[in-house]
Amino acid sequence: MSDNVPIVEGRGIVKRYGHVTAIDHSDFELRNGEILAVIGDNGAGKSSIVKAICGATIPDEGEILIDGKKVNFTSPTEARDMGIEIVYQTLAMSPALSIADNMFMGREIRKSGFMGKFLRQLDRPAMEKFAREKLTELGLMTVQSINQTVETLSGGQRQGVAVARAAAFATKFIIMDEPTAALGVKESRRVLELILDVKSRGIPIILISHNMPHVFEVADRIHIHRLGKRLCTVKPGDCSMSDAVALMTGAMEPPKEVAA
Amino acid sequence: MSQTKDGTENFESAANRSDSVAEFEDHRRGVLGQVQHTLHANPSLVPLIVLIVAIAVFGLLLGSKFFSPFAMTLILQQVQIVGIVAAAQSLIILTAGIDLSVGAIMVFSSVIMGQFTFRYGIPAPVAVACGLAAGTMIGALNGWLVSRVKLPPFIVTLGMWQIVLATNFLYSANETIRSQEIEANAPFLQFFGTKFNIGGAVFTVGVIFMLVLILVLAYALRHTAWGRHVYAVGDDPEAAGLSGVNVHRTLMSVYMLSGLICAFAGWALIGRIGSVSPTSGQLANIESITAVVIGGISLFGGRGSILGSLFGALIVGVFTLGLRLLGADAQWTFLLIGLLIIAAVAADQWIRKVSA
Repeated sequence: MSDNVPIVEGRGIVKRYGHVTAIDHSDFELRNGEILAVIGDNGAGKSSIVKAICGATIPDEGEILIDGKKVNFTSPTEARDMGIEIVYQTLAMSPALSIADNMFMGREIRKSGFMGKFLRQLDRPAMEKFAREKLTELGLMTVQSINQTVETLSGGQRQGVAVARAAAFATKFIIMDEPTAALGVKESRRVLELILDVKSRGIPIILISHNMPHVFEVADRIHIHRLGKRLCTVKPGDCSMSDAVALMTGAMEPPKEVAA
Repeated sequence: MSQTKDGTENFESAANRSDSVAEFEDHRRGVLGQVQHTLHANPSLVPLIVLIVAIAVFGLLLGSKFFSPFAMTLILQQVQIVGIVAAAQSLIILTAGIDLSVGAIMVFSSVIMGQFTFRYGIPAPVAVACGLAAGTMIGALNGWLVSRVKLPPFIVTLGMWQIVLATNFLYSANETIRSQEIEANAPFLQFFGTKFNIGGAVFTVGVIFMLVLILVLAYALRHTAWGRHVYAVGDDPEAAGLSGVNVHRTLMSVYMLSGLICAFAGWALIGRIGSVSPTSGQLANIESITAVVIGGISLFGGRGSILGSLFGALIVGVFTLGLRLLGADAQWTFLLIGLLIIAAVAADQWIRKVSA
């Protein structure tokens, strides 16, 4: 797996905001079929580099390659069109709309024929069927009503729907921003299982998290970000949690063989 | 290292693993809860019930004087202008905005239609098209200021209200074009006032337009992607944007459409009062907001149905006519409408609690 061309490769990415350099010649690599956790202290620039990858910010220097081809995203929508999905920390859902409406927000399916072409009618049954299938696939089941509004769901259920939405449309990879931050122990558990489930479908995941136990549990590799650049990438098996924290905060130098 | 990992596993596996995340729990609720849930799913039911009850009560009190095809359709004629403007207002309020310039756009559009025909001798249909275009453009300006310059809709439309109204008076030189003159020279301007009689029931083109407009908008809001986007933008513009909705384009379309509808209301206004008067329609702002609020559309955006505003406008119409036929002081109407507004918002708050 690892000898393939990486799904995403960032080379020497730089992003400056005025006098502040948020990303300082950083590299990045996501491989096929893996869960890559990105950890770093507050302000280390971990969300900046992920934003650069998905088009939310445009880097000043460096290049980003997806499947070995250079890309220049100017908005997250362009990244989305390539099959890159993001699960935002805020989830980006409309509470007053139904699960199905939310899953298809911005990419609705229209009916075929006259009703769809001229009256632009949505194909509700198709959207609902698809949404129900996707939730079932991920074991988010026993849906009483796919037309239930999102605001009637619990925090974990909402997270589940957001992950299902991403998994349903992602063909390249998924970025998850702090998916367990707002959840209780039980609900976090389920979301972690969900993340592993998505991985088992062959979709690689970039996981941004502050939660070390969660990171060490699901990640295949851990990208440690410090002072605007990739300090090193470690494997959860070769490194303890406290070492990771030490690396992240600068209390420890990275071992020679893993330094980036 | 493996010690650390195992430690975590243990404390977390203490939490029951089999509990699933997205299980849709069985809602156990009583009769009241059921009612609350139904109303939450169908927000225009409350005003519909109020409307039916109001018609029944006045019907019982007044008998056939009220409960006749003529009186019923008279109500429709009386609410047509407010109904059309309320449709425009509903769209804006669904995006969590408010439009204080609807009345001004309506009057100014009607003045443009009238003055273009009579001052410059432009054929009436062309003048009407100019009026409609002007309304759409003012709406576009509102939308641009709200969406691009990011000013609060209340402030934008408060300013636009004054600007458009002043322009209206300056341009028209406070002149009214008389009804007879329009009838003789440009009857097309009064097209919306065309009446036809179906077994005692009197309909006008304006009434039909209002009903068709509301039905078309109700369809578009419910069954097209555009409609879903309007709700999503009103609910949470940031979330809508992140999930791929073009927030700017949605807001622009809503404000432009609202301006266009107000201009149509201006045309209908000529049909209703016969003349073109720059001083008419001054209450359209407050009446349209009243209809929308009584109709159960949330002022916070993203919730409610446009059918509700039609019911809201009709409720006001039923109260006005019913109380007048009963010989009550007109102030009673305002008093009751005031009560209804507060009750409607209280009901909205109660229904929203279903989400908690």
